[in-house]
Amino acid sequence: MPAAARPIRRRVITEEINDEAPRASAYVCEAASCMSAQAHDITLRLGERAAEAGLTDVMIKRVGCLGLCAAGPLVEIAETGQLFGHVKPDDVEGIVKALKKVKPTDTRQPQGPFFEKQLRVATENMGRIDPENLDDYIERGGYEALKRVLSEMTSTTVRDEITRSGLRGRGGAGFPTGLKWTTVAKAQGTQKYVICNADEGDPGAFMDRSVLESDPFRILEGMAIAAFAVHATEGYVYCRAEYPLAVARLRTAIRLAQRAGYLGAGIADTSFNFDVQIRLGAGAFVCGEETALIASVEGRRGTPRPRPPYPAVQGLWDCPTLINNVETFASVPTILRKGPEWYAAIGLGKSKGTKVFALAGRIVNTGLVEVPMGMTLREIVYDIGGGIVDGRPFKAVQTGGPSGGCIPAEFLDMPVSYESLIELGSFMGSGGLIVMDDTSCMVDVAKYFQDFCRDESCGKCVPCRVGTTQLYMLLDLITRGEATMDDLAQLERLAVIIQKTALCGLGQGAPNPIFSTLRYFRDEYLAHIVDRVCPAGVCTITPAEVMA
Amino acid sequence: MPIPYTKPPAPSDDKRWKIVQTRMRRGGDRPAALIEALHAAQEAFGYLDTEALNFVGDTLGVPHSRVYGVATFYSFFTLKPQGEHTCVVCTGTACYINGAKDILAGLDRALHVKPKETTADGKLSMLTARCLGACSLAPAVIVDGDVKGKVNVGELVAQLEAM
Repeated sequence: MPAAARPIRRRVITEEINDEAPRASAYVCEAASCMSAQAHDITLRLGERAAEAGLTDVMIKRVGCLGLCAAGPLVEIAETGQLFGHVKPDDVEGIVKALKKVKPTDTRQPQGPFFEKQLRVATENMGRIDPENLDDYIERGGYEALKRVLSEMTSTTVRDEITRSGLRGRGGAGFPTGLKWTTVAKAQGTQKYVICNADEGDPGAFMDRSVLESDPFRILEGMAIAAFAVHATEGYVYCRAEYPLAVARLRTAIRLAQRAGYLGAGIADTSFNFDVQIRLGAGAFVCGEETALIASVEGRRGTPRPRPPYPAVQGLWDCPTLINNVETFASVPTILRKGPEWYAAIGLGKSKGTKVFALAGRIVNTGLVEVPMGMTLREIVYDIGGGIVDGRPFKAVQTGGPSGGCIPAEFLDMPVSYESLIELGSFMGSGGLIVMDDTSCMVDVAKYFQDFCRDESCGKCVPCRVGTTQLYMLLDLITRGEATMDDLAQLERLAVIIQKTALCGLGQGAPNPIFSTLRYFRDEYLAHIVDRVCPAGVCTITPAEVMA
Repeated sequence: MPIPYTKPPAPSDDKRWKIVQTRMRRGGDRPAALIEALHAAQEAFGYLDTEALNFVGDTLGVPHSRVYGVATFYSFFTLKPQGEHTCVVCTGTACYINGAKDILAGLDRALHVKPKETTADGKLSMLTARCLGACSLAPAVIVDGDVKGKVNVGELVAQLEAM
């Protein structure tokens, strides 16, 4: 085949033009959000233009998510920290000029509060490494933790370090990770499994996707460490089929790690064996629940079953199974590298370490942030998030997805932790923060989440299958202005019954948006019922004359 | 006495069946490979017809009823052929509060197509997604695999009409 006809390998663009260390480097964000705005064309154009301009000592590198998705596509000059937003493929001259100007004495300048107020642990490599380049990962301390675990530690000491770090499950419920690992390790059985839950179903949450797209090796390292600690030899990543880029990068990462001896038989020249396979979800929200997830990995319908027995004792194919979220696994290598005491020193009370949040909704700086636990909502929304779009008034922030709640403005100064959010009637959830302004009607928001739960209910238990539909119909009556106070009382009664009787987290959490909006925005419900008006002007209310 | 189990031959000599068979073999031709096999079949044929469902079930030793149950449980699988073009509207929370509702209403008004439907001429299928994870681009749609962010209803309708 003639050279010109050969397909261009994607790797070409990430390689240095010559062997010496580059004088300047441009990092192009190639995560899903920027990719959909032609970020890959920018990488290619930038390479061409740099070559035309005779720059032989620069590197153009594709990296994972740079975080500030609102300004995408993003390009960063790594040496100076200079950031270019809204870049167009035809307009890269400014970046080429900036690359020319970089001097060896340049240091990284602060990039503004969005970046400076963050503390990156699980996302420390995000936007710094090429997600499909193992050497890049190793250069930034990758696989140091796994090597140390395999050569110097026993499974007991690994579990002990994780327990001391105070790490808790980042999927939402906040179960202590060390305790879970210990339960699986002590469970009877010769065959054990490790599953990474990457079925990020909460609408408005995209932390797991960004981690998988930006730093897939970290998940594999975290899973391998967990497997060593609980004596497992096989692992699965259960990922949504809706994330094709994340799946593709993870597949590449698995292949590269296998080839380099970080997965498979005899990892890092020891007797430890561990391999990972990908299982694709197929669009069922309930599969984020661990027993439903296991059913789905086994090739069945994703319906949950009552617990106990917990998956830690009887999980995949009835073997003890460790299930952790993407972010939990992503935190593990850093904790073991920097020490559990370092991690435990970050945070607030029983909520240790950092949490990744996806900022979305009516906020200026939509994107991905990682902050220490205990930061106030105000700092997250206003300092990091840049406030509300068009300077409108803040109304509420929704956390925890369909099982979470809405937090009103008066609690903006509350520090964020697992406990404080539950106290406010919300839920940490996987970490989506959706900011709402006065254009959102809270009854309509509650109805939206009820519609979601009704649609996603697997149908196994009656409270969820029938109850969520009834709740939805009641909320629909209210938003149409046709409800009475009796309907409101019925709504509250039914919500309590569902919360107490549903089989799994989906059903039990389904009434939460109703509880929290009733708690803080009861006047809006009353406005719909008594005055027959929607204060935000969202709902179409049947005029009173027609009703009479 | 157990009946010796033989794998069924592919329903036709369409080469795409080979892709499906390979994916099933990689999963050990066991029932656990069912969802993977359905993914493969849908990728290859665009949708899952009865022939595909039965073939997958027979190969993996899963009753037809259970294959149908799994295929209809997961919203990612479709049992109907899709239109020439597809438009997926994201209805995640961020898109919802930024106007996904208006997009759905606008498409219904202009093109007379509701979610999970195909236009009468078979040109366009409209779907909704729970969340595309492109929340910073809200409201977002996917037209034939291309994500479009900060969608304007009028422009979207014009683009879809032009196709």
